Amino acid sequence: MTQQDTFFILAPVAEGRAEGLVSVLESMTFRPGFANPDNPLVPFGQFDQLHMARFFLVQANTWRDIEAHGQTPRPFRLQLAFLGDVDGRRDVFLRELVTRCADGLFEIFNHCEGVHDGTDLLRWMDEHNVEEAANYVNMRGRTVSQIREEAALATALRDELDGIVNAQGTADPFGLHRHLVEFVGRQKASGRLHLTQPARVTWREWVVDKIDLVSVPLLILFLSPLLVLLLPLFLLRLRLAERSDPEILPRPDDDRISDLGRYEDHDVTNPFSAFGDVKPGLFRRSVTTVALYLLNYAARHIYGRGYLTRVQTIHFARWVFVDDKRRVLFCSNYDGALESYMDDFVNKVAWGLNLVFSNGVGYPSTRFLIKGGAALESKFKRYLRNRQLPTQVWYKAYPGLTARDLARHGEIRKGLEVRPDGARALRNWLAKI
Amino acid sequence: MTHAPDISSEPVAFDDMQGLIRFGHGALVEAEFVLCTISDPNAAGLWLDHAPVTSAEALDAPPKVALQVAFTVAGLRAMGVDEGHIAEFSQPFQSGMSGEDSRSRRLGDTGVNAPSEWDWKGADAHILIMLYARKGGLSEWKDKTLDSSFLAAFKQIHSFPTRPNDGTEPFGFRDGISEPKIDWKDARPPAKHGREDFSNLISPGEVVLGYRNEYDEHAAAPDVNDAPPGAHLGRNGSYLVMRQLAQDVPGFWTYLDTMADGDNERREQLAALMVGRRRDGTPLIHDRHDIAGSPRKNDFTYDDDVNGTSCPLGAHIRRANPRTGDQPHRGQGRLGWLLSTLGFRRRRDKLPGRHDLVASTRFHRLVRRGRAYGSALTPEAALRPDAPKDARGLFFICLCADLVRQFEFVQNAWIASPTFNGLTGEADPLLGNRQPFCGVASDGFTIQTPSGIGQRLAPLPQFVTVKGGGYFFLPGLTALRTIARHGRQEV
Repeated sequence: MTQQDTFFILAPVAEGRAEGLVSVLESMTFRPGFANPDNPLVPFGQFDQLHMARFFLVQANTWRDIEAHGQTPRPFRLQLAFLGDVDGRRDVFLRELVTRCADGLFEIFNHCEGVHDGTDLLRWMDEHNVEEAANYVNMRGRTVSQIREEAALATALRDELDGIVNAQGTADPFGLHRHLVEFVGRQKASGRLHLTQPARVTWREWVVDKIDLVSVPLLILFLSPLLVLLLPLFLLRLRLAERSDPEILPRPDDDRISDLGRYEDHDVTNPFSAFGDVKPGLFRRSVTTVALYLLNYAARHIYGRGYLTRVQTIHFARWVFVDDKRRVLFCSNYDGALESYMDDFVNKVAWGLNLVFSNGVGYPSTRFLIKGGAALESKFKRYLRNRQLPTQVWYKAYPGLTARDLARHGEIRKGLEVRPDGARALRNWLAKI
Repeated sequence: MTHAPDISSEPVAFDDMQGLIRFGHGALVEAEFVLCTISDPNAAGLWLDHAPVTSAEALDAPPKVALQVAFTVAGLRAMGVDEGHIAEFSQPFQSGMSGEDSRSRRLGDTGVNAPSEWDWKGADAHILIMLYARKGGLSEWKDKTLDSSFLAAFKQIHSFPTRPNDGTEPFGFRDGISEPKIDWKDARPPAKHGREDFSNLISPGEVVLGYRNEYDEHAAAPDVNDAPPGAHLGRNGSYLVMRQLAQDVPGFWTYLDTMADGDNERREQLAALMVGRRRDGTPLIHDRHDIAGSPRKNDFTYDDDVNGTSCPLGAHIRRANPRTGDQPHRGQGRLGWLLSTLGFRRRRDKLPGRHDLVASTRFHRLVRRGRAYGSALTPEAALRPDAPKDARGLFFICLCADLVRQFEFVQNAWIASPTFNGLTGEADPLLGNRQPFCGVASDGFTIQTPSGIGQRLAPLPQFVTVKGGGYFFLPGLTALRTIARHGRQEV
């Protein structure tokens, strides 16, 4: 199976270079934030293994909020983030990236500290790569080329189906299926359609995966006597914190909201970038670490087949710790407008968001780590939007396609390769075309 | 998942609320909307102070006339409301319906629907005067209300006469059947309004600022919580959305007639499939479920029609009100609830993947108060080659407490989005502007059939064009007097 890998390069912007950097980034886009896939600096479209990528400036808008916890706020230097999701290994991609567009990368990264003529960019990027704390992939193993092949298949089948329905009607789904299978066979033979078989899971991958799968439950089982003992203490500590942690939820600045809007809704999918502080102290830091660890585990083994709990509209999502776990960066790619995305958060997975984000400074009050919080709609939206950052450059390899489209295309292909059982299942399959 | 409501249910002050919030004034069949600027705030204050603005109190005898007044943000400024108070109003109200490209993009106001093509913009006006009267009474009511003191204070920039209200929109369909019922007594806690099943009841705070909403919170409202008495600008007010939707009635029926090869019954059937109801209002879904707060004839959901074979998935009423509850799986006990919440119940569904894409309808309801304009044209008359092409359409008017979560969400995610409910390439068959939306084609319409092979109509012509629109604030009556005092500089 072709695994997806990630890269997340984060580096401080050199003093006084921010404005220049923004205009370089703007030169890479068609519309605000929406990348030109053929831009001369980083022609994203040339990389067949690249799903999504973005450049954005990481600015701490809420860094002063921690004062409410009695802490001295620590300013955060403006940083540039460059992240993406690729098929195969990160180092392979980055090497290819540097080989193909070293000049463009240099033009961007020379606005960062420590990059000048002669800097080995590959090494520099490697040094500035931040490992994710948690990573969600909508469909593990699905490659960009598979997505494109399946999209082409769906389009071709749709046209063909229209034609044969006109000729033979809709009465015989088995006949229609047979016809479509033969049609695709001919198209493949003539090279008009490609359906590359996904790479098989190797023995080695299988074993590693299964060991990883059982390790966490085993560890929890092993520690369970201790965990049971610690649970009351944990809950007590948690409730104390939850009752005293301040909510800091000023109304987001209207001009900021308007400005963020400029970058949104140029495609059916939108990027979301946000940055906030973790509540001070070992307790919250540990809870965040464990929550993200478990989230990452769940994303690896439970989700990753098209849905993250009830939400089916997220392509990729990433949480990384920054600044010695004092802060968290959250980046995701979701379908629909931001209001729909936040609506899913509030109405479908408030509990899940609370597990992670309630450890953030200023978050709406939670109860027992899962209740309250994001369920407080207007407060939660304020929290999120106060931390949202514009994404200056965002690339998606399959514009116009939602996660649901990708899943549907996959289901169409599956039904083509293995005929659905029975007339009713077959009609459901036809309905997807 | 329920938690004790920490906001006590509070009595609703009908006497401080404009009547439009509670009543559609349906019996007052004549209506005219007048858009004005304020030329003299002092005189405007005087007029507003004495204007017979209709309250929401139920009277023994139904009123013969009604007057409602709403402001744009520019209007509040013109009245001298200070920036501190204005800053408390919501961002979309301040920015206006046509104030940002990104908003127009989300609302589908692009191409011929773009604000640059509009006949009027709310942003250019200050105040919206809404006059209602019984049959034959409007001109007298208008002369009486818009008297010399009015003319000294305001300058009329647009006047929108309407067609006598007969409950039918210009294409010929019964309209306004599916209205949410506001739970004025606030007797059921919001958690009970939906949670699992779809319910037609909504909390007062979904429409009126200052009350508990469906999230069991106070709707964010200017000054509701901590301003001194008498200075409440938001309390008992509501946001009012007005959009002029020009309808191409001959174009609509001619297209359907062509698609139906001139067959009357087939033409009506196609029209019904696009709308989701027949012209007399009969829904295409026949199974009735008891739905809280819904009249018997409107008691249905789409739960038994996941494939869209009775009512197409993209039909107008299915988009505008998907009638979904908060949980896709209901009545299956705690374990079922838990599995569903964790996302593990998808494979058992009849149509894996589509279910649960659209959930929690109760947070996106609108109270509609629109009126039709232009002369009536029956489908038969519309099909004649010499059918009159004069202007007709709908003044879409709705009230809500949160412009983004309610009006803009419905318009964006449900009406204009070509990816609504897992569909692709189609927007609302009536309202769509047929322009690519977020880079995706939106000019189709699919009628799902039991054979699995949908009948696809594409490209659909555009039937409805936006001609103007704006966001307004419909103040409570105390707030209205406060605004009037601002105008007279007594604040």
